[in-house]
Amino acid sequence: MSQTIATPPTIRLDSDVIGRPVSRTDGAAKVSGAAKYAAEYNVPNLWHGYIVSSPIAKGKITKIDAAAVLAIPGVQQVFSHENVPSLAWFDRSYKDDIAPGGSPFRPLHNADVLFSMQPVALVVAETFELARYAASVLRIEYAVDEDFNTDLEKARAAGKGFDAPKGKPGFLPPPKPKGDADKAFKAAPHQVEAAYTHHTQHHNPMEMFASTVEWLGDGKKLKIYDKTQGAGNTQQYISKIFGLSKEEAWVISKYTGGAFGSGLRPQYQSFLAVLAALELAHSVRVSMTRQQMFSMGHRAHTIQDLKLAADDQGYLQALEHHAFAETSQFENETETVVNWSGILYKCANTKFSYELAKVDVNTPADMRAPGAATGSFAIECAIDELAYKAGVDPLEFRRLNYTYRDPTEDKPFSSKRLLDCYQEGATRFGWDQRTPEPRSMREGNMLVGWGMATGCWDAAMQKTAAKASLTAAGHLTVSSATNDIGTGTYTIMTQVAAQTLGLPMADVTAVLGDTTLPPAPVQGGSWTAASTGSAVQAACQELGKKLLKLAQKMADSPLKGIAFEDVQFVDGHLRANEDIDRSVAIADVLATSGEATVEAESGAEPNPVNMLKYSMHSHNAVFVEVKVDEDLGTVHVTRVVNAVAAGRVLNPKTARSQVLGGTVWGISMALMEETFLDNNLGRYMNHNYAEYHVPVNADIHKIDVILVEEEDDHLNPLGVKGIGEIGMLGVAAAVANAVYHATGKRVRDLPLTIDKLL
Amino acid sequence: MNSFTLTQAAAADEAVRDFAGHAGAAYLGGGTNLIDLMKENVARPTHLTSLGHLPLGDISSLPEGGLRLGALATNADTAWHPEVEKRYPLLSQTILAGATPQLRNMATDGGNLLQRTRCYYFSDLATPCNKREPGSGCAALHGQNRVCGVLGTSESCIATHPSDMCVALAALEAVVRVQGPDGERSIKFEDFHRLPGNTPQFDNTLKAGELVTAIDLPAQGYASNFTYLKLRDRSSYAFALVSVAVGLEMEGNTIKKARFALGGVAHKPWRDPAAEQLLEGQPASPDLFRQVAAKVFASAKGYEFNSFKIELGKRAIVRALKQATEMSQPLDSNAFLNSNP
Repeated sequence: MSQTIATPPTIRLDSDVIGRPVSRTDGAAKVSGAAKYAAEYNVPNLWHGYIVSSPIAKGKITKIDAAAVLAIPGVQQVFSHENVPSLAWFDRSYKDDIAPGGSPFRPLHNADVLFSMQPVALVVAETFELARYAASVLRIEYAVDEDFNTDLEKARAAGKGFDAPKGKPGFLPPPKPKGDADKAFKAAPHQVEAAYTHHTQHHNPMEMFASTVEWLGDGKKLKIYDKTQGAGNTQQYISKIFGLSKEEAWVISKYTGGAFGSGLRPQYQSFLAVLAALELAHSVRVSMTRQQMFSMGHRAHTIQDLKLAADDQGYLQALEHHAFAETSQFENETETVVNWSGILYKCANTKFSYELAKVDVNTPADMRAPGAATGSFAIECAIDELAYKAGVDPLEFRRLNYTYRDPTEDKPFSSKRLLDCYQEGATRFGWDQRTPEPRSMREGNMLVGWGMATGCWDAAMQKTAAKASLTAAGHLTVSSATNDIGTGTYTIMTQVAAQTLGLPMADVTAVLGDTTLPPAPVQGGSWTAASTGSAVQAACQELGKKLLKLAQKMADSPLKGIAFEDVQFVDGHLRANEDIDRSVAIADVLATSGEATVEAESGAEPNPVNMLKYSMHSHNAVFVEVKVDEDLGTVHVTRVVNAVAAGRVLNPKTARSQVLGGTVWGISMALMEETFLDNNLGRYMNHNYAEYHVPVNADIHKIDVILVEEEDDHLNPLGVKGIGEIGMLGVAAAVANAVYHATGKRVRDLPLTIDKLL
Repeated sequence: MNSFTLTQAAAADEAVRDFAGHAGAAYLGGGTNLIDLMKENVARPTHLTSLGHLPLGDISSLPEGGLRLGALATNADTAWHPEVEKRYPLLSQTILAGATPQLRNMATDGGNLLQRTRCYYFSDLATPCNKREPGSGCAALHGQNRVCGVLGTSESCIATHPSDMCVALAALEAVVRVQGPDGERSIKFEDFHRLPGNTPQFDNTLKAGELVTAIDLPAQGYASNFTYLKLRDRSSYAFALVSVAVGLEMEGNTIKKARFALGGVAHKPWRDPAAEQLLEGQPASPDLFRQVAAKVFASAKGYEFNSFKIELGKRAIVRALKQATEMSQPLDSNAFLNSNP
């Protein structure tokens, strides 16, 4: 007689949420309009400032005739360099946390115009419409200086390049040379020597930069609702310039409608809104127009020269990567551009350089995967070119030159499952069905091309603090001054807290974007999940220790004498690891203790020992299919597989969204994005959403995201690498490589528009 | 944006009178272009004569077999109108290739004819532009002219007319009905828009105060052999770099009658009657199409960033004629993507 034994069902606890694809906790607020952005705080008695932008690229303001404007009823003030009060003197007061070397731009500082669309005045009026009208009739005269140059190619031809100086936090200078790249290049049978360029790109987040500054009528106290990626960064910038205490410069940034790096540094509308509020002792809002969004930082126009050589088997013999990028006249914006080539491939003979040239534009800025998006486009196209020359499949070529150690620092990677990304991505894509010859694949009258590329990004972490607070009613609030720029920070903070203290997510609230909360750095660099997540975990653990102590004080406590390491928080209970019957409900602990709330604050920071021992990076492999109408030069990206290895995935749903967004942006960079600069006028001309093209739904087709999880104890307590940037990397190169495979035409100048493919 | 007064007219003659009675007046239709230009201070009317209440929204059959599009019919209602879809599929397709659903829901047919150029310089007050400010110069001539014209340009202006719909109306040989202080008149579509010459501030041949009341379509709608090919930098919400609207009457493989027009290349929808004649009475063939394309662009002049439009325009003509003669899918190069793979 046989007996069937039923398999017990797998029980997933409500609190077991890390790694689950939970929906955004702020999703409902966002789609219903309840989520408020900086320009949506309608504080009482609000005045509006409208920014006047310079029509010229270089010169001096000779006259500002504000009298007629001030005579318009309802106009409160016109601010310009002529009436700005004496502010902080030294450059260092204007340096924010992300500022590069040089002298930061000071709005309304003097009569000098340093770039086109520079803010030159602020008109404050009782309504937005009135301020806008008044700004349009404000007469400003300029002495134009025709001796300007906005053309990077021209600056390069004139020998204006200089080695990029240090000064910007996080900037890695080019790796030191190894071996003899010249000699190895000349000796190798297969060589690629080519220049790759992309032009200026602007971030174009949906939400325009805005600050609503509420005058609290208590000394100089201001409540600053700011669009930013770092409330703390805005606070320190504003407080240093205007001589305010941290209490006086209270910055709130609850939601950010996209930023992509444009909100890392405080933008000039924050300065202008605070200036007006302090001077007028009144609440003031200043929003940029869509056009003015093109006056801010941007991805730097960059020219890259690559020299690669391989032997007959496809092993790299020489690798040279030289970048030449624009910066402004007043700051040296630097990105890590060329280093990625050195990190990705094993090669005995390497040489790198990174030069800047000053042109008369505003300082460039970090823009999603700064430097890496630039560098990976060039190296990954050059690798593709070399693979063809060596007669090796482009994927196989990358496997041949795979490195388990970071050659630029001669350290092992803390983890690197790029080979699995290659394998899983290639299988999902069907790479083995590819015929290697260019122009060999067709569908109807379309040429079909399959291309691939690799990406790499830092797995970084920053010192961050967080607080956890549990009420007697059993509701946990976790908080940190970090931001959520749409990436899902609210959600993962909630997940980490729920998991750590064994509570259902519904009983946890995450609070962020407020400088009165425990300090956190700007949200950027893909470091927030690792940093804020770890800080929240640490704060919850501290709270857990307090709970255990309180539990042990209870009469007949079953947890007496047990160490914190030996207890677990599961399903609203504290219980012993070894004997789950030794259990106390958290609600009972609080009820018995008589405390209204139990709180703990803690933080997390990078482990310096591990950082010395390991190179920490995320990787991805991107496979792309394009269809090209050769006669008409049109390209459509019909299929993408993006396989990403970025440590532990806290939330596959929000992580996938990050990779989807990155992939779309990569397609955009490949096919569409360019801010057209008129070098005669020194001005960006397609400064609106109609003419600066990003993809529409009809441009985006099948995108398949594969998350290759990595177990990595060296990174941070959560084992997270961050996923904000990596998804974009490799995509532009994979598209360009696919276009080559389809057409036999190698276009090295982005974007790949119709005119370049005719 | 400046202050302005606004009158809501109830009838065309009332609108015309209201306009004439206000210096600095502008007619307001759907507002999808004018309001934007007002916000940018490119247009500074001090008075708006709003047309929203005029009874000019109907689409109705004409006795001679044509179709009348009321000037206030929206682009969306026109594109999806059963008679337009059935008899003038070229027009329907062309309207749907332009703008976005939201814009098409607001934009009127009359307003579509009157939209201003999207040359970057026209809408940026910091730059010279003869169309916006006569005599200030043309920055596009030596500037960012990728979107500018290659046919019929002048030293004063190289802007293009941005409409898709008008490209089809040109090919269909529509007639524009207008009403002004001096009464009503009709303007052949080819005479409605003009070339820039030395007066690029004038986009069309309307006299001061004249109001577009209707667009009449002739009976021939080329419903059997037509195509609209639009080449642009993204699949939607982008103006044409080059577009071609074709309507053919075929008998077997022989082209009996041919009409085609180009968008994105000139200050007006570009027709070339001599090139059309080359097609008529001839069997359709790639060689013939190439010959026709070469003829159209024989007088073309490219500028720094838009010379590609000459070669692209030729190829687009060849492709569009091929599609129209064969009525083969795809109707445009993007169409294959609309079915989800």
